Amino acid sequence: MSQSPSTLFEKVWNAHVVRHIADGPDVLFIDRHFIHEVTSPVAFLGLEQRGLQVMYPQRTFATADHNTPTINQDQPVKDPLSANQLKALENNAHKYGISHWGLNNPKNGIVHVVGPENGITLPGMTIVCGDSHTSTHGAFGAIAFGIGTSEVEMVLSSQCIMQPRAKKMRIKVDGQLGKAVTPKDVILYIISQLTAAGATGYFVEYAGSVFENMSMEGRMTVCNMSIEMGARGGMVAPDETTYNYIKGRDKAPKGEAWDKAMAYWKTLKTDEGARFDKEYHFNAADIEPMITFGTNPGMGIGISQHIPTTQETGAGKASYDKSLNYMGFHEEEAMLGKKVDYVFIGSCTNGRIEDFRAFASIVKGRKKADTVTAWIVPGSHIVEQQIREEGIYDILTEAGFQLRQPGCSACLAMNDDKIPAGKYAVSTSNRNFEGRQGPGARTLLASPLVAAAAAVTGVVTDPRTLL
Amino acid sequence: MSYDKFTILRSTAVPLPIENVDTDQIIPARFLKATERKGFGDNLFRDWRYNGDDSPKQDFVLNNKIYTGKILVGGKNFGCGSSREHAAWAIYDYGFRCVVSSFFADIFRNNCLNVGILPVQVSDAFLDKIFKAIEKDANALLEVSLPAQTITILATGEQEGFDINGYKKDNLTNGYDDIDFLQAIKNDIQQFAGSRPF
Repeated sequence: MSQSPSTLFEKVWNAHVVRHIADGPDVLFIDRHFIHEVTSPVAFLGLEQRGLQVMYPQRTFATADHNTPTINQDQPVKDPLSANQLKALENNAHKYGISHWGLNNPKNGIVHVVGPENGITLPGMTIVCGDSHTSTHGAFGAIAFGIGTSEVEMVLSSQCIMQPRAKKMRIKVDGQLGKAVTPKDVILYIISQLTAAGATGYFVEYAGSVFENMSMEGRMTVCNMSIEMGARGGMVAPDETTYNYIKGRDKAPKGEAWDKAMAYWKTLKTDEGARFDKEYHFNAADIEPMITFGTNPGMGIGISQHIPTTQETGAGKASYDKSLNYMGFHEEEAMLGKKVDYVFIGSCTNGRIEDFRAFASIVKGRKKADTVTAWIVPGSHIVEQQIREEGIYDILTEAGFQLRQPGCSACLAMNDDKIPAGKYAVSTSNRNFEGRQGPGARTLLASPLVAAAAAVTGVVTDPRTLL
Repeated sequence: MSYDKFTILRSTAVPLPIENVDTDQIIPARFLKATERKGFGDNLFRDWRYNGDDSPKQDFVLNNKIYTGKILVGGKNFGCGSSREHAAWAIYDYGFRCVVSSFFADIFRNNCLNVGILPVQVSDAFLDKIFKAIEKDANALLEVSLPAQTITILATGEQEGFDINGYKKDNLTNGYDDIDFLQAIKNDIQQFAGSRPF
């Protein structure tokens, strides 16, 4: 074993290389594989066509989330295409002996919410899923990233994929976060500084006091959006916060296995003197509540700022103009006070209990603005249960909000939760691409606090004025 | 799924000089509901290509008959966003075999290589030359040589090299894929799996 100092990423990666191919990728062993209804059917079809079996079915976990309705889940799914995909997932899971949490299963929810909350996601693992937000699981000190359907077929048939080793980046944020500045603001700020392509080719380690002091929910929000600056994934070194989160969860190791695991997990940190290909350092005090104004997640600014000019951003003029034109915005306009038609809180980015606590902290004692349609979508049934148990449900109801059922919902609008063309939505999800939340929909990405402030005022509002 | 072998491609090209083309534009999520891989080309760039009433948007390049060919040329950071392989399927199904840009998103690049599309990354300056050549003459031919790892604007002879690792190059040249390789080393994988703690 090499004695030279290693990064967290190198330690986990090296522990999973089955074979290195000269002038080619590494064959990487995958510990955990999540599948959902949208990107897995063609992979199973491929297995059948080649006459292959699932090599380690106990390492794959299926949950339905992408196209599921968020109301009346006890009734048959109306859209025949969605129903067909859900059925295919169920049948394939059954046929190959894979655990399946379908609609109405109490464990059902968004794949990147249910993996961690059930103790399937653990430090030091390699984790993949046919979904780019698999980077979420990196919050536990795992190497986790999204893959295509061909790769889903590879993992099913051989428990491996073939990947070139990523370059290493470290992003440090130190200092004290200001009032109403949440993990979502931290990552939107980082992406705005690096741009939507700034970390392409890299695996990112987040370090510094801001991440050390962050909850697991917050770290998941940050790692989740690593892909929005092009990174293959993001990681945070496991610590007491990580262990406390995992301990006692359904599928987490117990007894002797726990002690053994802890001994290994404690080695999972970047050694002193380890080298990164690129490093960034930001100051927490520079970050204010963020909001996006354009059509990629790098187009974000502090909520009190004005939309920058093309020259200020350095973006190509044609692309920048196209983006602002789609949004119906102009250079140098203020974001505060802009009309908001829809508010969406949920998704694998901000669909965890902490996010609903934050939302409720502003909504409490206020009323939903009449002009706003709000979709409140928990990330899983377990989150939904917590919302009820903690009294958040009552706060929401009194303020005129309705709680929906878990799923990806308006984040990608594969179900009926679509923002109408031309309407503005403040969303806690991860992408503001053209049409992402429905054809013609205009998305402003923000934190649960900014979403709540918009929901009660009907306009883009600084949450610091309501806390 | 098998794909056409790739060696030398000489073709006109379709220009899309927009930066950060994300996979939601290439194929919107509502068209991901199939359980088979077919017909995705019909919905390639759906919302840029068609109005809400399904009438074609005349100003979009795929609706402009003067631009044809097997090569798609896009602005930088092409294919960012979602991991959906459907984006690569749609591009392949439409008839493209090569995508040229000055920068590709990682997952999209992998997906392309896995379905038989060659992603060719060139410098910003060379990308600009390609756009200019097509603007000057929509019938301008590009030649992409995988064996030589070069792309050439035939009218001017301007040429640039591109990177691809030897393993993937071999796959594309012969029409193999990673699953063939992984099946061949299954004993190694089994042995490795036995050593994993979880």
